[in-house]
Amino acid sequence: MAQTRLVRRLDIWDRLNDALRAQGDRLLLAGLWLFFLTFGAWAILTETDAFAIGVVTGSVLALGAIGLTLIFGILKFAHFAHGDSMMLAAYIAFFLLTGTMVGDRTDTQALPFTLNDLPGATERLPWIDAFGGGDFSFGYGLLLALLLTALVMGGLFVILDRLVYRPLRRRHSSIVILAIASLGIAISMRSVILVFWASSPRFYVPGIRPTTDLPFDVRIVTDQIFIFVAAMLTAALVYFLLFRTKLGKAMRAIADNSDLAQVSGINTEQIVIWTWVISGALVSVAGVMLALQARLSPELGFVLLLPLFAATILGGIGSPQGALVGGMIIGISQEVAVSFDFISPGYKFSVAFVILILILLVRPRGLFGAKA
Amino acid sequence: MSFPAAIRWKGIGWQRLITPLAFLAVTFAVIFLPAERSGWNFEATVSFLAFFGTFVAIYAIFVLGLNVQWGYTGIFNFGILAFFLVGANVAAIVTKSPAEGDFVQYVGGFGDDLNLLPFLDSDQWLPSIVGILAAMAFCGVLAALLAVPMLRLREDYLAIITIGIAELLRRITIEERELVNGTRGLSGIPRPLDNLVEAADYKYVILAISVAVLIIVYFAVERGIRSPWGRVLRALREDELATAASGKNVFAFKAQGFVLGAMIMGIGGALYAYAASAIGPDTFTHFFATFLFWAMLIVGGSGNNKGAILGAYIVWGLWVITLQIQGYDLPDIISGRIFFIRDFILGALIVIVLLLRPQGLMPEERRVSIWVQRHAGDAPSPRAPPGEARAPSD
Repeated sequence: MAQTRLVRRLDIWDRLNDALRAQGDRLLLAGLWLFFLTFGAWAILTETDAFAIGVVTGSVLALGAIGLTLIFGILKFAHFAHGDSMMLAAYIAFFLLTGTMVGDRTDTQALPFTLNDLPGATERLPWIDAFGGGDFSFGYGLLLALLLTALVMGGLFVILDRLVYRPLRRRHSSIVILAIASLGIAISMRSVILVFWASSPRFYVPGIRPTTDLPFDVRIVTDQIFIFVAAMLTAALVYFLLFRTKLGKAMRAIADNSDLAQVSGINTEQIVIWTWVISGALVSVAGVMLALQARLSPELGFVLLLPLFAATILGGIGSPQGALVGGMIIGISQEVAVSFDFISPGYKFSVAFVILILILLVRPRGLFGAKA
Repeated sequence: MSFPAAIRWKGIGWQRLITPLAFLAVTFAVIFLPAERSGWNFEATVSFLAFFGTFVAIYAIFVLGLNVQWGYTGIFNFGILAFFLVGANVAAIVTKSPAEGDFVQYVGGFGDDLNLLPFLDSDQWLPSIVGILAAMAFCGVLAALLAVPMLRLREDYLAIITIGIAELLRRITIEERELVNGTRGLSGIPRPLDNLVEAADYKYVILAISVAVLIIVYFAVERGIRSPWGRVLRALREDELATAASGKNVFAFKAQGFVLGAMIMGIGGALYAYAASAIGPDTFTHFFATFLFWAMLIVGGSGNNKGAILGAYIVWGLWVITLQIQGYDLPDIISGRIFFIRDFILGALIVIVLLLRPQGLMPEERRVSIWVQRHAGDAPSPRAPPGEARAPSD
């Protein structure tokens, strides 16, 4: 009799435990969402300027993180060359646009024909008159340069995959070996930038950039509106590609379970190549937007790794929606945090690290991540 | 990939020649270039080699620490900078006198209080030893703090976390000026056994100290790795599940490997502070303080302590050779950017080694115990394992 009761009690306890655990996970997720949304709402009300800039920074980070999460999800390794690829792409666009690189000692024109030479390419694109404010700082030349850069970077990524990552994959190297190889590539990319364009910061268009007044007394640089819109459009394009095309379906299948995808007739190597092409394009958009938002500087690439990985992990590895949300959260937190008096602007990129640690402690699979 | 048959003849694979050839080439360049540049001045060349040797020994200590973490335990630490920075700064503020002057501020400064045995000239050595111990302690605690939440996660998460902590600590030393003097950095760090010889000859003293510490660390690590404890580390690197199934607490062993490696890096950081005598934010860049050590380990051969030291020698050799080459009359287009080209070569070197010789110059020795072979020598047994080193199968 007593024994049965004990068993029954254990049984109830077990069930309660299971129920709590299942609910606890949901509760935790709800709590995290509540926390980030409250923080966002509070930031909109009290730190509107910082919030607006945070949204712009966040959209750049989100673009980078979407590419990173695709590589992470499909190729399974941490691509440490992502930040430096973004910077390299930004410099390639700069080169196509202006043809400038360092010669013996000083800058020289290295290209016989640049995109800025096209008729009217430097004429500033107009910002919609009805909203008021100044025009964008760049002409359609930059957009052309961006398109060409996307092709170049996509090609470069495919070549690097053929030369480096595929032989390592074929040898069944661990993901860590691939990550170390990507770090070596990151260092090489950074030094390529230094060799050709030296270390001093550069800009696509020199001089002061026009600003626009938004509602609620927010004044931002007009280019930042472009950055936000372009990032959202690109993200929508990626969403369409992943969820509305056959290629996207195959990519998601491989990210889910690559063995299963392979036995169901998906050509993994082909999908890998497409992944690199898409990542190359995303890296180019992200890099050019970053350079437009901040500047062109070789050192920015490595520093950016931390916010990028934080956004990826916060959103959940392999989840593009997660990367978008994660990038936004990281970008906004960074800008809002350094607008406080007691946090020095030098800690800007450490904010991402703190969020990363917190998320890894409470929910390592992130906001959108699938169960490990 | 073909090579003259004469060299392949009788099973002498040309790959076997890479290690001695690389060693000889670097040695030749490191002796020839400074000798030639100084007009065959013996004094100057020896002095250059003493500096070179000191830093090779110090960096080799870092690489040994990394080897314990990555080579033996399989922990992916991309933030060697964090331990370098903590070790060097802790050793500096322990050994220095208290801060004075308007432009110098830092915490600590116990150097004068540590002269506990004046009759043994303890001001010459005791603070330095305490500095090394404190550096080890701080690095160990930092590693333990990181290990507790992070070692249970996927291995690449730890790489990102360690990059993050390195960047955060770097930022803190820059932003919190009263901690270690901000961007100005710390200079005039007391040197151990300073009054033993004349200032001009001190380089030989620090060379001897660094090499002695390296030898101690080397034998300590070798002893540890060849013990049952070390075999558990290597086992869990290969297969955590199998190790756990044989009743080992995987997490505890991983944490021990991580902490031990971090403490060794702390020793390296302290010695660097003594040898360089000045440290600052410029010293602690991700490229120099993390990537270079990884390059040394990958080139030398992860999982082999001798390889770790050889890697430090070869990579640092390449590093200083570039400095020497820069002195020659090069065209502007190269001399202005020779350092960037060097960075490129190092980045490419890592990738090339991973692709063509993943085991590094000195592959890991795959045998359980040296005694098996010796025993087999006495009484030949068909089950004696091959003594030859094998490439790790990743």
